Order: sequence, then C-alpha cells, then structure tokens
Amino acid sequence: MVNSQVRVYKPFIGPFDPCPPLPYRTYVVPPNQYIVFQPLDWPQFSLAEALKLGTLWPNLYSPYESKSKRVEEVGSDGEPV
Amino acid sequence: MENQSKPAVDQRYYELLEKLQMIDFALIELNLFLDTHPDDLKSIEQYNRLAQERIPIVREFQESYGPLMHFGHAYSKFPFEWPQAPWPWQV
Amino acid sequence: MWIYEKKLQYPVRVGKCDPYMARLLLEQYGGADGELAAALRYLNQRYTIPDKVIGILNDIGTEEFAHLEMIATMVYKLTKDATPDQLKAAGLADHYVSHDKALFYQNAAGVPWTAAYIQAKGDPLADLYEDIAAEEKARATYQWLIDMTDDVDLQDGLKFLREREIVHSTRFREAVEIIKDDRGKKRFF
Repeated sequence: MVNSQVRVYKPFIGPFDPCPPLPYRTYVVPPNQYIVFQPLDWPQFSLAEALKLGTLWPNLYSPYESKSKRVEEVGSDGEPV
Repeated sequence: MENQSKPAVDQRYYELLEKLQMIDFALIELNLFLDTHPDDLKSIEQYNRLAQERIPIVREFQESYGPLMHFGHAYSKFPFEWPQAPWPWQV
Repeated sequence: MWIYEKKLQYPVRVGKCDPYMARLLLEQYGGADGELAAALRYLNQRYTIPDKVIGILNDIGTEEFAHLEMIATMVYKLTKDATPDQLKAAGLADHYVSHDKALFYQNAAGVPWTAAYIQAKGDPLADLYEDIAAEEKARATYQWLIDMTDDVDLQDGLKFLREREIVHSTRFREAVEIIKDDRGKKRFF
C-alpha cells in the first residue's frame, strides 16, 4: 500500500561512489505539518484504536513501517510498493 | 517479604489494565487538546464523561490487584499493598 | 507535586532477548532528543512562559515521563535475563563494566545526558520553536529505531511513541498561535 505521507527523492549518483547506489531515498511528512490549529469536532477513533495507534484523531495519524522490512518490498522498478 | 499473598497477574489483569489504558489515553488526548482549546464544550463533556467511566474500572482493578496510586489516592488492605510487586515494567 | 500511577501509558511488549537493541533505545532514554530531555525541557520552560500556554507545557512534560518509563521498560525487558557473555557479544561489555544491567542516562553511543541538550530562553516563541523541533527530532529518532529492529512487538510500542511526538508537535504549534494572538482569541485555519 502506498503511504501518501511518504516523499521520495533520487540522490545524485557520483561516479566514484563506493557503494552500489540506492535508487531513491524517502522521508515522511506527517499530517501535523499542514495543521496550524486543530479544528473542533474532528472525527475520532474508537478508544481501542486510539490507544493502539497513539492518537484519538485519524487526521493526526501517521503510519510508519520498519525499513528493515520495507527493503524487501521494493519493486523491480526500484520504487517503494 | 515481597510477593506473599499477592495474586499473580493473570489474563484478567491484562484485560482490565488495557481497558483502563484505553480510557486514560483518550483522557490524555482530550486534556492536551483542551489545553489549547479551552472553549470546546463538547470536548469538556467527553472528558468529564470518560473521567466518570474510569471510576468503576479503577475500582474493579484495585479490588483484585492492589492500589494504582499512592499518597492516599487509593485505600489499602493489610499488609500495606502499595510497595508490593509487580511494578509496571515487570509485567 | 506529582503522583505516580502504577501502570504504563501503553502496554509494552518485547518479542525477544536483544541486548543490542536495548543499547540503541538508550538514545531515547538519555539522548539529546530523548524523553528525559523532553520532560525536563518542558517542565522547566513552564515557569517563564505566559499563563495561556503553561498548561500544555505542564501536561506534555508530564506525559514525557510516562514515555521515559516505557523506554526504560523496553530496555529492562531486553536485557533482564541476558548473561554477561550475551551482553559482551552484543557490544555491551563497556556498559557492563560500569553499570552491570543498570539503566544509565546516556545515549546510544554511551555519552551521558547533559543539561546542555535543553534550552530555556525565556522568550516564548524561541522556547516553543525549540519544543516543536525537539518533537520532530524525536519522531525521526523513533523512525530510525523502528528501522533497526524486526521485533514487531517492540515496533508496536515504538510506533505509539512516534505518533505521540506528532500530536505533541501539533499542540506546540497551537501554542505558538495562542502566543501570537495577543487577544487570546482562537483562530481556526
């Protein structure tokens, strides 16, 4: 599943880089970066989901998966899947 | 002199604890939200409602597994239950 | 004053004995952007900031102590039954000779915690922007820690803590808006 909070960029590949170049790098832009002041009456998770995910509000939730696992999920085109 | 007469933690301990952790987590979230939104009556009502809902769960938990708080915020049976294991990081 | 509650904020589980991961987790225990630094930073800044935002500093600072306890719980569980040989194999011989399995306020590289990690400028905007930066740095640290383990139980607790940084950052941004708005009027965007 594509995580819409993930940004991808391609680092410059230098001719003398000793390691095989990684095709891309990623970083996360969590939803709080677009919120200046949280509005009232946002939809809420259930209490069980809120505890599990670490926030009461879906609009503030930012998923993150371990890269040690994600490495295996890179598609043949080198893009994250 | 530790761990005597104390019921070992069982499945119910974890279930009750998690039930309380759910309510208390929502209370923390609402508290932080209300710190910056003090005029949101709806959130204050939800906060007060959850504060009510936690009372019977705390009572049930403490009845079986001892006090959750010290310094007079929970009653004790004999011998004094507060310093008895397990502590949160041990379970 | 503070009152202790005999429970963790979130149920911490650890899937395997992994002393090396315990060492890495110390970054969030006694590191520059760790939970101790966060708690002490906010609880110290609250004395010299306008009343309107003392509450949020007080309460987030208090929650950080619950997070410190979660990290300590992870470290404790990851090392509890490790033998000296296992600690040595995991690269913790230097920690062992000074501390045995005791937790110590140091970062993943063994550098002891210092008050130089945290600032109190007495200027509300300078302090709140430091706090926002601290939350984003802690979020990034949690990401790199999550990347360093395949233990899904441990990842679970770390993901919870990472999300809390995002919520705290949101609240500090709102505190900035409250500070900017002299009339105390809420503005919604």
